[in-house]
Amino acid sequence: MNEPKTDLKFEECLERLEQIVHALEAGNLPLEESLRVFEEGVALARHCGRYLEEAERRVELLVKDEAGNLAARPFRPPAEEGQ
Amino acid sequence: MSQRRVLTVSELSQQLREALEQRFPAVWVEGEISNFKVYGSGHAYFTLKDAQAQVRAVLFRNRTRRIRFEPRDGQHVLAFGAIEVYAQRGEYQLVVELLEPRGLGALQLAYEQLKSRLAAEGLFDQGRKRPLPRFPRTIGIVTSPSGAAIRDMLRVIGRRFGELHIVIAPARVQGEGAAEEIARGIADLNRLPGVDVIIVGRGGGSLEDLWAFNEEVVARAIVASKAPIISAVGHEVDVTISDFVADLRAPTPSAAAELVVREKQALVETVHDLTARLERAMRRRLDRERQHLGQLASRRVLTDPARPLRDWQRRLDDATARLGRAIHARLRDAGHRSTAAAVGLRRGGLLTRLAGQRRQLDELDRRLRAGVRARLERDRHRLRALAGRLDSLSPLAVLARGYSLARLENGDIVRDARQAPPGSRVDVLLSEGRLACRVESATEHDVRPHVEDVA
Repeated sequence: MNEPKTDLKFEECLERLEQIVHALEAGNLPLEESLRVFEEGVALARHCGRYLEEAERRVELLVKDEAGNLAARPFRPPAEEGQ
Repeated sequence: MSQRRVLTVSELSQQLREALEQRFPAVWVEGEISNFKVYGSGHAYFTLKDAQAQVRAVLFRNRTRRIRFEPRDGQHVLAFGAIEVYAQRGEYQLVVELLEPRGLGALQLAYEQLKSRLAAEGLFDQGRKRPLPRFPRTIGIVTSPSGAAIRDMLRVIGRRFGELHIVIAPARVQGEGAAEEIARGIADLNRLPGVDVIIVGRGGGSLEDLWAFNEEVVARAIVASKAPIISAVGHEVDVTISDFVADLRAPTPSAAAELVVREKQALVETVHDLTARLERAMRRRLDRERQHLGQLASRRVLTDPARPLRDWQRRLDDATARLGRAIHARLRDAGHRSTAAAVGLRRGGLLTRLAGQRRQLDELDRRLRAGVRARLERDRHRLRALAGRLDSLSPLAVLARGYSLARLENGDIVRDARQAPPGSRVDVLLSEGRLACRVESATEHDVRPHVEDVA
């Protein structure tokens, strides 16, 4: 298994990005503050996009050894019937 | 007289047993359950009755497993079994092999019973349902690794959006022990780190085939799961207990796959949408500022910065003109006053006094001129005398009296014959002109008379 990965950080990024968009859309930030959060927003959007793209395709089958420890092995789906 | 045939009790019992057990080896009996009681042995005893009669019944422990609902007093049931005579107590009873609710099927009843019990516990409440993660990166699937369901799900996920990590917890999905395997699979996936959502399901089948998903052990495992659960059992029309307990019900396994994929796609779109909105909002903001700036710039003070200066200039000009006019007026006024004063002065004989002073001034001027002229004349005489005396002192004047001046080539005046030995050249300056001479001879002692001698 890969190391524990949660999308908590991703979720936080997305939340912050949403906050920024709302604040900018409300349009009552001072101009300099607007520019600052805009830059932050662009960085967050880039980060979120990259995070989504980085997800990998992997199909595994969970197996248990004699001691009852869990392990994952690559899994190939069964062929279509009649093929 | 017929011979009386006397049977012992045991003989009678034996004959009754044979008769009854041979006559009723397998019988369906319809009736209502009463006095249902499970003993410590695991066997259950009850009475089947109708309005007029009753018969005792027993459900041995090894048979209870096959009963899919919970028998209770008052239930109208169809019992299948054999009649047995219990000779010791002179009783007969129905040994039940199968028990089915009358009206509803047994499975149906069991389903309804579990459903109402779990509902009473609040396990179906919408408030219990957790939202699916916005970005499921790792998806657990509890199903048969050889079934149609897993194949369908992987195909959908692969086709729609490949970048997902899938962990399959293999479990039999029908038959004896299937429910326990499904429950264990859910627990196992929860022990793995990072599983965001779990799909529990199988493809379509009969009610019996889908039964594992109606078992309480599966329902409890779903309730206990930390990861949100999508239940995807059978076809659209099949609704199982696990569908009610799960956080989300998908009508089919393929639909479940679409759901998680759609979540991810929705997320990608959300990020795109937020990015676009971010840029739009910023651009709008900048446009607004630019417009504001434009409005400011179009004001007179900025388009024509000299304008206020011109205004000031005009005010200054105005003030100057007014000042000029005022001065003129004052001067004119003063002029009038001075004319008037002059008239007054003339009247006072000032002009007579002025004429007298003028004459006095003219006299003084004449005397000054005469004095200056006399002084100049005197000075001129004196100058002339001085110049004559200067003239008599000049060596040139001596030459005019007949003397001459002899000089060596280097300009030294020859005062001693020894200065100019014979052969040397001497320049002799006369009153008029000069002579270039060569010394023939020189006499050192002069023979001319001294003044003292003359005197």
